[in-house]
Amino acid sequence: MNDNRPAPAVLSVTDLHVHYGGSHILQGVTFDVPATGVTALLGRNGVGKTTTLKAIIGLAPRSGRITLRGNEIQTQRTSRIVREGIGYVPEDREVFGGLTVDENLRLVDPDRGVEAPVVAELFPDLVGRRDQLAGTLSGGQQQMVSLARVLLRRNDLLLIDEPTKGLAPKLVTEVADVLAEVARTTPILLVEQNLPLVRRIADQVVVIDAGRVVHRGDAAELVADPALTRELLGVAMRREGAA
Amino acid sequence: MSDLLLLLVTGLGLGALYFLAASGLSLIYGLMGVLNFAHGVFMTAGAYAGWLTMGDLPQSLPVGARLAVGVVVAIAVGAVIGLVVEVVLIRPLYRHHIQQVLVTVGLSLAGVAAAQGIWGADPRPVETPTWMSGTTVVLGARLPNDRFVYIAVALLLLAGLLALLRYTRLGLVIRAGVENRTMVEALGIDVQRTFTIVFAIGGAAAGLAGVLYSQYAGAVSPGQGGSLLIYAFIVVVIGGMGSLTGTAVAAVVVGLVQQLANYYAASGVGDLSVVLLLALVLLLRPSSLKGATA
Repeated sequence: MNDNRPAPAVLSVTDLHVHYGGSHILQGVTFDVPATGVTALLGRNGVGKTTTLKAIIGLAPRSGRITLRGNEIQTQRTSRIVREGIGYVPEDREVFGGLTVDENLRLVDPDRGVEAPVVAELFPDLVGRRDQLAGTLSGGQQQMVSLARVLLRRNDLLLIDEPTKGLAPKLVTEVADVLAEVARTTPILLVEQNLPLVRRIADQVVVIDAGRVVHRGDAAELVADPALTRELLGVAMRREGAA
Repeated sequence: MSDLLLLLVTGLGLGALYFLAASGLSLIYGLMGVLNFAHGVFMTAGAYAGWLTMGDLPQSLPVGARLAVGVVVAIAVGAVIGLVVEVVLIRPLYRHHIQQVLVTVGLSLAGVAAAQGIWGADPRPVETPTWMSGTTVVLGARLPNDRFVYIAVALLLLAGLLALLRYTRLGLVIRAGVENRTMVEALGIDVQRTFTIVFAIGGAAAGLAGVLYSQYAGAVSPGQGGSLLIYAFIVVVIGGMGSLTGTAVAAVVVGLVQQLANYYAASGVGDLSVVLLLALVLLLRPSSLKGATA
């Protein structure tokens, strides 16, 4: 899957700090995301992975330097950052439950919505549910809407936060298939707790602990090293698991 | 029978005015979470804009024509004031709800004081087209014509706003924003621009409400918008904050309850009954305060 040399960075994060109230959540996070493949952002619960994605996209108050294709984006508003080319799939899907599937998609692609080719290609189940309220979909279907929504826009990078959280094993596999397909053309920064999925689709890993980056390297090397996995993530790599 | 019919029509007319006053408030709260206490000033501004316009136009023109122009000007003035208030005062204070309340309350007080300073504290009579001040006999009841105008305008506004929400991209963004504005922004949509447009729409509706309420009252006065705002807030809370259809239903209910109580109980009981209705709704359905979908 991977050549050991990372591609040039599409995103560079330098000395990123986030404060919430009196808490110093991110304490100088620095890493690059290569312009190809999947970079997994790993770490124990509560170490700042989701906050890192939110800070990049402008949903968390931050300081530091963030560049996309060499252009600084840390002072820009979220909508502008997205239009610059970063797609964001949040942790809890956050589909608009009172809107139909088609309306959720037309927010991003007003002309085509569910008729966009990428929907039929990657999420055929959604085509038949175009007029169903998104709030009545299953968790897996909502995840598909959430993913489809960002794929309707041209992206230089996707930030995807725990896309398999709470999904049944079969759906985890479906989501993994979609992510693997998407990663062929668009780099992904992926927050994920499911290590089998990380093993399957990730090329690089960045591990965060207590608001700092504590490890960067090849994904296959990390997940192949139980001792290192246990030390960094507090868990051993399971042999089985849906991905 | 004729009394009941009269009460129903006058109650619906009053409800229509409440809806005109509350619709903008509901949209603004639903999308932005802003409790706009300055909405009464928007209505007062609309009322005075209509009155001044009618006075400045050649008196040779029919009153109805001058009123029509006054309505257009009132809508425009309300929209402009709403837009300016959003850009200058509200935009820096999103996520600072206490400060929003303080600023909008301050603006409402300043607006009333300014109107008093310029035009005096006394009510100024407004001209009313002859037909609007007349009555139409239906089933033996002499129904005031102006109530039909209020009802028709409110229905048009409701249909227009629902069509806007249902069939336009702006409406889609508003409906999504009422649910989760952060996620709308995270999809690359400039929610701030939508906020400004919604504030302008709310201001325009308030301007319309103001000029029609001045027709209902027969005068303009500095405190007029504030009086109407109280009922608008009650209607919005009962209807489910942010729900336009809920606001319309609540406005009708409040108008009818007020009229019926005033007639069948005693004069003045209508206001009390509206407050009791609000308390009852909040006791039975406290979620009214938490908002709903547009």
